[in-house]
Amino acid sequence: MSPFSNREPAERSARGIVVAGLRKRYGATLALDGMSFTVRPGVVTGFVGPNGAGKSTTMRVILGLDAVDEGTALIDGMPYRSLRSPLDHVGSLLDAAALHPGRSGRNHLLWLAHAQGLPARRVDQVLKLVGLASVARRKAGGYSLGMRQRLGIAAALLGDPPIVMLDEPFNGMDPDGIVWMRGFLRSLAAQGRAVLVSSHLMSEVQDTADHLVVVGRGKAIADAGVAHLIAAASAGRVALRTTAGTHAMRVLAHAGASVMATGRGTITVSGLPADRIVTLLSQSGVPFSEVSAHRATLEDVYLELTHEAVEFRAATPAKVSR
Amino acid sequence: MTGFPQLLHAEWTKFRTVTGWVTGTAMATLLVVLFAALAGISSDQKGSPPVPIGPGGEPVTDSFYFVHRPLTGIGSITVSVSALKSGIPTDLAELRSGVVPWAKAGLIIKASTRQGSPYAAIMVTGGHGVRMQDNYVNDTAGPTTGASPRWLRLDRSGDAVTGYASADARHWTKVGTAHVDGLGPTVRGGLFVASPPSVDGMGTRGSVSTAAFADLHTRGGWADRHWAGDQVGAESPSFAGYPRNASGSFMASDGGFTVTGAGDIAPAVRDTLPTGGTRGDILTGTFAALIAVIVVAVLFISTEYRENLIHVTLAASRRRSGVLVAKAIVLGVVTFVAGLAGTLVAVPLGERLAHANGVYIFPVTSSAELRVALGTAALLATASILALSVGALFRHGAGAVTAVIVALVLPYILVAIPFLPASVSDWLMRVTPAAAFALQQTLVRYDQVASNYTPYNGYYPLEPWAGLAVLAGYAVVSLAAAALLLRRRDA
Repeated sequence: MSPFSNREPAERSARGIVVAGLRKRYGATLALDGMSFTVRPGVVTGFVGPNGAGKSTTMRVILGLDAVDEGTALIDGMPYRSLRSPLDHVGSLLDAAALHPGRSGRNHLLWLAHAQGLPARRVDQVLKLVGLASVARRKAGGYSLGMRQRLGIAAALLGDPPIVMLDEPFNGMDPDGIVWMRGFLRSLAAQGRAVLVSSHLMSEVQDTADHLVVVGRGKAIADAGVAHLIAAASAGRVALRTTAGTHAMRVLAHAGASVMATGRGTITVSGLPADRIVTLLSQSGVPFSEVSAHRATLEDVYLELTHEAVEFRAATPAKVSR
Repeated sequence: MTGFPQLLHAEWTKFRTVTGWVTGTAMATLLVVLFAALAGISSDQKGSPPVPIGPGGEPVTDSFYFVHRPLTGIGSITVSVSALKSGIPTDLAELRSGVVPWAKAGLIIKASTRQGSPYAAIMVTGGHGVRMQDNYVNDTAGPTTGASPRWLRLDRSGDAVTGYASADARHWTKVGTAHVDGLGPTVRGGLFVASPPSVDGMGTRGSVSTAAFADLHTRGGWADRHWAGDQVGAESPSFAGYPRNASGSFMASDGGFTVTGAGDIAPAVRDTLPTGGTRGDILTGTFAALIAVIVVAVLFISTEYRENLIHVTLAASRRRSGVLVAKAIVLGVVTFVAGLAGTLVAVPLGERLAHANGVYIFPVTSSAELRVALGTAALLATASILALSVGALFRHGAGAVTAVIVALVLPYILVAIPFLPASVSDWLMRVTPAAAFALQQTLVRYDQVASNYTPYNGYYPLEPWAGLAVLAGYAVVSLAAAALLLRRRDA
């Protein structure tokens, strides 16, 4: 069990998404290996992990597109395929390229609207919402990837669903688009929706997500609030600024601490409390200018967590996600 | 709310918003019309003699050697036929003797020597015993004893003509009474010999037959004492003429006659009226339209797989098989309408152009006309559903298009090869989805006419709707398999 986990028992009746113990094998490859996590309303949940960790497979399972060997994925307490009107519960974007290139963006949304019994008026509303109104009648084949992402999000929002699930929505977006997307996702959560956003880059979700599900090798290796994750990763570490790095490391290692040079003139120490470090260094006459509790970044947390998964990926080049 | 009507609406929106699919379907309509126009203008038969038409409106062969006298009012004629010999030309254009099963020698009472005029006749045939026939399409078998000579008798009273046969000129068996409308007060009656083309492999060879008549007696209102010999319908589109070095004739000898004749008195079939066109010929464009329809139908589903759009489609529907059924209905209805529009324009256009070029088109009953129009539309619509299902099974456009064209269009093209054995083309038109082309058959088979009733000539082995059922069977099985796999497989 990962030290970062603060998983709560699955609430089967809860609003949102509850994924429990998903296991799926494609031939020799174990794509999902006990994937479990929860997506709650009012919060942006980041779904991060290296490519091939099982994010897209999990999302396809949630949408009832792929079957699993074991486990359940529930939307508002029900499997997707039991929902009478699934698009009233969850809007999703799995692949922004999933368009007929010869159909206009507006017509793409129009057939989806008709599938839900929604009028054309709703199509124009969501087009305006994502800023595509001016290009809506152009063929989608000519859209940039960023425009396709916006169109995909418009499609996900057609039915005004309480749950929104987006797979790599930042891909291909320009900086303006990324800023827009972050604000947009936060506003969706602020409206009380459950928002699940996947990414293989922590930097894309770190300023957006309130909650993180970090995945590697087909399972969630962390499922916790962003603050909690950072605190856990920072716990017990002390950052030290000194001009005599080698001397300081020898003294502290001798006293039983793990010491690591983390930059020019900075050392990260674990295994010793801060006051003990100050005493040792003073006694040994090592000059130092700053001692502080180490503050981990999400990127650190992510790299540490997915280290194993990255190794796994390098050893198994076969694509897991199709 | 996501129910089946919403799915149908969504699939219809999908279809109409891809220009290529709408254009492709319109192309199918245009191809049917275009080929009809080409068929209409491609053959020029202006100035050829008219096709003889029987009392029922059907095209007939009415070419034979006739030894006749006028008969007014009531009368009777009796004769014995002691021999009927047929000659068929060899490759070296020499005649060898052979059996022509429908070679005919006997007595006939006919309104006039005009081709296509009403008649009733009793005859000895080359291989089918004694027959009584009237007005080209009616045929009754006589007594089956193989005795020779064979005595024949016709009694005429008004429009009623009764035929008798006897083995000894004493005991007569009545074969039948024909009520021949329009005989008029004075008719032509006498002896005749006809010899239809002999079916040889995949073609026919014109034959000639000679019969020996004796004991000729007449009673009643026969005028003249003098028998006249004439070739009826010497120049006729439904008569291939005499073999080389042969001609029609009659010779009096020992109180009897020896008569030599060729031709037939029978409904025309494709072999005997090769210049005639059919609805099937006018609708040749069906095969080209099928290709357009198949491509559109396959793309309607395979594009979703290629673009990963199938995920969006399936996530938007409650039941996966519902998606497939909705697609099938949209495609089927659109294709049916396109096909019907094409047929309704193509047939009158093609017929008009053909008539203007002097081409004779085999007539069609109004029910058959309706069946051809609706059937061609149904053929295209069912094919589109088959193609959609195969596309869903293969999830790959090129493979599915190839498979359906091989199954449905290739047999039709193979059958159009004149030297393909009839057994092979019959088999193809029974077991492959192309069996549905039987819907376009308008030609009629006649038991009393030996001919090559092959798909090449426009005669299909299955009944029209049975042919459609074969195609529909393939479509339904494929659709069910596709629905099953769609439910079982990961999307």
